[in-house]
Amino acid sequence: MPNTQQLEDLTTQVRRDIIRMVHKVNSGHPGGSLGCTEFLVALYNEIMDRKEGFDMDGIGEDLFFLSNGHISPVFYSVLARAGYFPVEELSTFRLIDSRLQGHPTTHEGLPGVRVASGSLGQGMSVALGAAEVKKMNGDKSIVYSLHGDGELQEGQNWEAIMYAAAKKVDNIIAAVDLNGQQIDGSTDDVLPMGSIKGKFEAFGWTVVEIEEGNNIDAILKGMANAKSKTGQGKPVCVLLKTVMGNGIDFMMHTHEWHGKAPNDDQLAIGLAQNPETLGDY
Amino acid sequence: MKTYTYTEKKDTRSGFGAGLAELGRTNPDVVALCADLTPSLKMGEFIKENPERFFQIGIAEANMMGIAAGMTIGGKIPFTGTFANFATGRVYDQIRQSIAYSDKNVKICASHAGLTLGEDGATHQILEDIGLMKMLPGMVVINPCDFNQTKAATIAIAEHKGPVYLRFGRPSVPIFTPANQKFEIGKAIQLTEGTDVTIVATGHLVWEALEASKVLNEQGISAEVINIHTIKPLDDKAIIESVSKTGCIVTAEEHNILGGLGESVARVLATQKPTPQEFIGTNDTFGESGTPAQLMDKYGLNSSSIVEKALAVIKRK
Repeated sequence: MPNTQQLEDLTTQVRRDIIRMVHKVNSGHPGGSLGCTEFLVALYNEIMDRKEGFDMDGIGEDLFFLSNGHISPVFYSVLARAGYFPVEELSTFRLIDSRLQGHPTTHEGLPGVRVASGSLGQGMSVALGAAEVKKMNGDKSIVYSLHGDGELQEGQNWEAIMYAAAKKVDNIIAAVDLNGQQIDGSTDDVLPMGSIKGKFEAFGWTVVEIEEGNNIDAILKGMANAKSKTGQGKPVCVLLKTVMGNGIDFMMHTHEWHGKAPNDDQLAIGLAQNPETLGDY
Repeated sequence: MKTYTYTEKKDTRSGFGAGLAELGRTNPDVVALCADLTPSLKMGEFIKENPERFFQIGIAEANMMGIAAGMTIGGKIPFTGTFANFATGRVYDQIRQSIAYSDKNVKICASHAGLTLGEDGATHQILEDIGLMKMLPGMVVINPCDFNQTKAATIAIAEHKGPVYLRFGRPSVPIFTPANQKFEIGKAIQLTEGTDVTIVATGHLVWEALEASKVLNEQGISAEVINIHTIKPLDDKAIIESVSKTGCIVTAEEHNILGGLGESVARVLATQKPTPQEFIGTNDTFGESGTPAQLMDKYGLNSSSIVEKALAVIKRK
């Protein structure tokens, strides 16, 4: 089991991977990826009970579904560095004939991915289906999912949120990345959503808030708390307050780096702020 | 000429219900989902016998498609049930991304397809669903013709690994296919042998094609009727073989001719054996309220229209 320093080192390395991947092809989504780096590093290396290797059915292990598929850079880096595929393959991100498509897909057979995502709002339904089957199979493991806050503007989420509580799907932990940003500006400017906590609670979910969503210790503590609330007849939502672009100063606190790649100089600055720890791919 | 008769009429949706019930008894991996239309989809028997394998989703078709996709992870074979309109157009992107592009083994079962839904009118009468579904890479598209064939198709698709769109309907139609005929996906069934014209029909139009062939026969015209229950993958070989004999073809479907079976057949013929073709189907229009029989007459989806088109296409040879 890795200690906090090891998770911090991995986080720094994943940040380097993200901006190097996006820079190379001059496309992709660094902002949301950087904001969720600590969460996904902690999830895959500490929180989830995972089996060696990858099989689609994932029986007897925890599963993760990425609903906001545009943060594929962080997903791919975390998967590679957790051993699902060679880290060298990160260099093929968004290139022709790559398994690392712009948005995650099962279609090219990339280990670690269980459903395509990118068109927003679909991941929670898929996670619920997998969670229902775990219950049918007597499988006690947990289904995790991650969603953007802006993504909650898609109506299908609320069909899923209503279903999960009504059917007592209490083996799911759905995390929402509350970075307050979306393509056209802040979520409050684009479409104010009011209290997301209040909405989940009104729909019958247990809500756990992680105020410091870019702090590994806070994430570990919050997710342990969330896990302790599973199996009690209610689905569990984690509201993860993050900073978009975290770890690279000029990308933080703005929506401008949602889907924009750094140039050569910006890459150099970003890399200097995140010295190599585990070795670049 | 081989002739077909029937002693009983039933709705094809009941064939689906019977097939699903049988799967419930024989295949423990089959699960069923419905968006608040279980009586219309005839899912009652399955639900009664397998309550733990039935999931009532409520009126939330997008969520249903996503849940079905997720249920394949862990080895289940989900069958979703709703009306054809809500099973395709309403949830196209969910099917496209979470099911088709994700290679999920989901069976999308759709009742009340086409005009024969009747009085509810155009909001519910989808005539574009075959086109929508056949365009999705990897999607199998099946439109069986009677109770027996719909039951057999329902059972058969559980054995096929990959997404399937199974389309059936509401009205009672003659049962004329054998009760125990094994359903082979993608294998056309020649119903009558003929030399003057080929009639390729799918779904409710297959019986109409048989009726048309009787009329044509009385006029000394020998029609070869082929039941194309699978629109994708299409049985190219059967079509080419038949038109090689007859030299002309009529396609018939309860669907818009833009994007339906007829266009798939035209593609095969244009690339492999250019042949005069006439189309039976709705033509770039919505439906409307009325009884199924009135609607099929008004929009020319009946045996007399098939006879007219057959006579016309023979002249173009």
